[in-house]
Amino acid sequence: MEAGIVSYGAYVPRYRITPTEIGRVWGADGEGMGLALNVQRKSVPAPDEDTITISTEALRTALVRGGIDPQTIGALYVGSESHPYAVKPTATVVAQAVGATPNLTAADFEFACKAGTAAIQTCLGLVGADMIRYGVAIGTDTSQGAPGDALEYSASAGGAAFVIGREKVIARVNRTLSYTTDTPDFWRREGQRYPSHGGRFTGEPAYFRHVTECARRMFEAVGTAPKDYAHVIFHQPNGKFPVRVGKQLGFTDAQMRYGLVTPFIGNTYSGAALIGLANVLDHTTPGERILMVGYGSGAGSDAFDLEATEEVAVYDRSYGRTTQEYLEGGVEIPYAVYAKFRGKIQMGGS
Amino acid sequence: MREVAVLGVGQTKFGELWDRSFREIGIEAGLQALVDAKLSSADLGGLFLGNMASGTLLDQEHIAPLILDYAGLAGRHLPAVRVEGGGASGSLALHQGFLAVASGLYDYVVVGGAEKMTDVPDTTANEIISSTADHEWEVVFGATLPALWGLIARRHMHDFGTTRAQLAQVAVHMHEMASRNPLAHYRNKLTLEQVIGAGGVAEPLGVLDCAPISDGAAAVVLGPLDVAEKHTDIPIRIAASEVACDSMAVQHRASVTTLESTVVAARRAFERARRAPADVRVAEVHDAYTISALLALEDLGFVEKGRAGPEFESGRFGPKGAMVVNPSGGLKAQGRPFGAVGVAQVVELVRQLRGQAKDRQVSGATLALAHDVGGTGATSAVHLLERVN
Amino acid sequence: MSIARFWRETPRRYNLGGSKCTICGTVYFPPRAVCPTCPHHRETLEKMVPFQLVGDGEVVSYTVVHDAAEGFEMQVPYVMALVKTVEGPVLTGQIVDVEIPEVVIGLKVRATLRKLREEGKAGVIHYGYKFTPALDSDVRPPARGPAVPAESGALPASDRAPA
Repeated sequence: MEAGIVSYGAYVPRYRITPTEIGRVWGADGEGMGLALNVQRKSVPAPDEDTITISTEALRTALVRGGIDPQTIGALYVGSESHPYAVKPTATVVAQAVGATPNLTAADFEFACKAGTAAIQTCLGLVGADMIRYGVAIGTDTSQGAPGDALEYSASAGGAAFVIGREKVIARVNRTLSYTTDTPDFWRREGQRYPSHGGRFTGEPAYFRHVTECARRMFEAVGTAPKDYAHVIFHQPNGKFPVRVGKQLGFTDAQMRYGLVTPFIGNTYSGAALIGLANVLDHTTPGERILMVGYGSGAGSDAFDLEATEEVAVYDRSYGRTTQEYLEGGVEIPYAVYAKFRGKIQMGGS
Repeated sequence: MREVAVLGVGQTKFGELWDRSFREIGIEAGLQALVDAKLSSADLGGLFLGNMASGTLLDQEHIAPLILDYAGLAGRHLPAVRVEGGGASGSLALHQGFLAVASGLYDYVVVGGAEKMTDVPDTTANEIISSTADHEWEVVFGATLPALWGLIARRHMHDFGTTRAQLAQVAVHMHEMASRNPLAHYRNKLTLEQVIGAGGVAEPLGVLDCAPISDGAAAVVLGPLDVAEKHTDIPIRIAASEVACDSMAVQHRASVTTLESTVVAARRAFERARRAPADVRVAEVHDAYTISALLALEDLGFVEKGRAGPEFESGRFGPKGAMVVNPSGGLKAQGRPFGAVGVAQVVELVRQLRGQAKDRQVSGATLALAHDVGGTGATSAVHLLERVN
Repeated sequence: MSIARFWRETPRRYNLGGSKCTICGTVYFPPRAVCPTCPHHRETLEKMVPFQLVGDGEVVSYTVVHDAAEGFEMQVPYVMALVKTVEGPVLTGQIVDVEIPEVVIGLKVRATLRKLREEGKAGVIHYGYKFTPALDSDVRPPARGPAVPAESGALPASDRAPA
């Protein structure tokens, strides 16, 4: 398969809150929660940010870096579980905002945390079939955990955009495959503000089974072992699950280093694995092999076997912030400001 | 072109007039002016009514015939026209009345200005006030009218070294003057510390840098100068009535710190009257925000650009100054019922020129200037009034 | 605000689509039907072509707003600024993701897309430009071809701004 990643951009909102601060409000051991989850801080979107604005910012960066004329984009998909509208696409606003309209197809994807990787697969198919020149796959979320719920310590905001094509590919996709079952570990019913989850059921039968099975099937399909990969990225609902699944599969800390971003920004859901991939692409060199295994509750995993090409050495990443800057930067806010920004305060008036 | 004179004036109290309706205040001012002018309503040619936003403030458009009706004049079938130009609505109505009499088409007209602003919540009133700026390219993006004046103030401070205290001095002066004006909305005096220490609205402007939301009405009767003596002992000639416009949005202006519309309206007015700024003894200038008054003094030609802050601080425009600014207390303290403001300025100046301004009388005034602004300066109007001996 | 009223401005609000006078070369935002700068301004009718701003500029003046415009209440105090773009036009916009003391006249900024306001909980969401402090790395690569439809192409591609 000749198709792959041509350009990319990530975006993480500026504000951060610590588990300690969240725990302080709920009378819980926030610091202990942060250690248990391996989450030091999580990102918080400003009141004027949502999945549309984050996706747009990430894609604009990708287009400038790649020198891509937006009018050459043939498909644009935004994967998220926090689309601003229940009905009315995120993708059309993003497409208009980057100047890609009207000659393209666009749609929103939802598959809990793996809607973004599903969008990459779709773009690979369209590019591979020669139906489009460039496809854009974005994974973004501004997810919320119910106040006081364990999810509140990790649910954050951010996203990444990938331009898929055949020209000047910086990371070739050798193979992608998926593993999908009906597993109700995490969900949000229509009209509900916050998601619900199966507690510990989200672990073994859900995240670990799907990620592990999907990764093993990829090793079989392409004839690789963990040692063949310079970098590995897993979906990372917290900082603990990906490290554990990585160890189980036989990966080292060094292989996981750049792909692990949740400890610094929290769980960006559809953006989580993709921001990890953006960080890996910030650091990769030609010839390196990369494994990414996404996961979405409900449930399924998408695995990608990627290989950095010679193009990555000349790819100009200078425009915009590096992923590392997003991981290290930000401004911490207290819970009260967080509650205001996230609309958790009941307002008066009409 | 005929010479035009102000023959009579009237004005209601400005403020939060909870027990009074738009109709009541509108006719009160008009009837006062008719009585003052000793004019029989049978001689009236028409009504020009300055009003900014009756549609959004009162759910009532088509407001000029309504006032005519409640003034008891519906049966005379006079023409009644509402004139709108944001905060300059009153001055624009005056300009229309001036043109009507000067042309010879009408002999006598009533020019009214009225606004009832407290029948909507403050938030709604503020949105309506901000709609006098460019809604699509300023307000939609988060700007309010005070925010736009805040932008002007910040740049003025940056370019000319204008200080926070100099801005505050404007508010202190206006309240000092209004304390002598029984019709004023606010008659309390302020200190510099109070103004500077008040809560922020659009920094550097604070709450006490901004004119209040007021109800009120004012009216004047205009007629031909050559018959003025039948109506008044002291006719006041309108020596110039000039209106000039500019870009709607501050962002499109040649300079952030100059209102070209004011510069041009003033230049035209002084040329037409063959007078100069130095001849003006008393002026009512637009001071919706403290920075507005400083800009006005510069753009009208009373001081060099950038010098209004220190000159104001020195007392040059105070009650003992060579030229007294806003003896009424201005928009800042007399109050800001939008459509009434431009007419009220002329009411005050006529009283000053007639020597009827009591505690706040400016001595020796024969030439006076009224300056009114809509929005952030898309419209400016300048009137020169002269006592005829 | 009606849906159509906002929608028809999206090319300007999302993408900074302005216009340029092909006689005198002056750029305008929002677009103008006639050139206010040319001495014979009537002759510029139909001589104005679309021109997209890149969104880079610097602060000409700013104010810290405490008494918010409708829809901006959650962001108080927020910074509004006049931003002079590199192409010339001055825009009025909010500066976000900044600590207030960092805002000075001359601050370099770049445009970003943010929510401007919502028509209540059930209504449409309006998006448009705001500004953030520019990064040192925000130097854009050279223009890469037309950012506007070809039929308006009285200008060479090099005169056009990148998207």
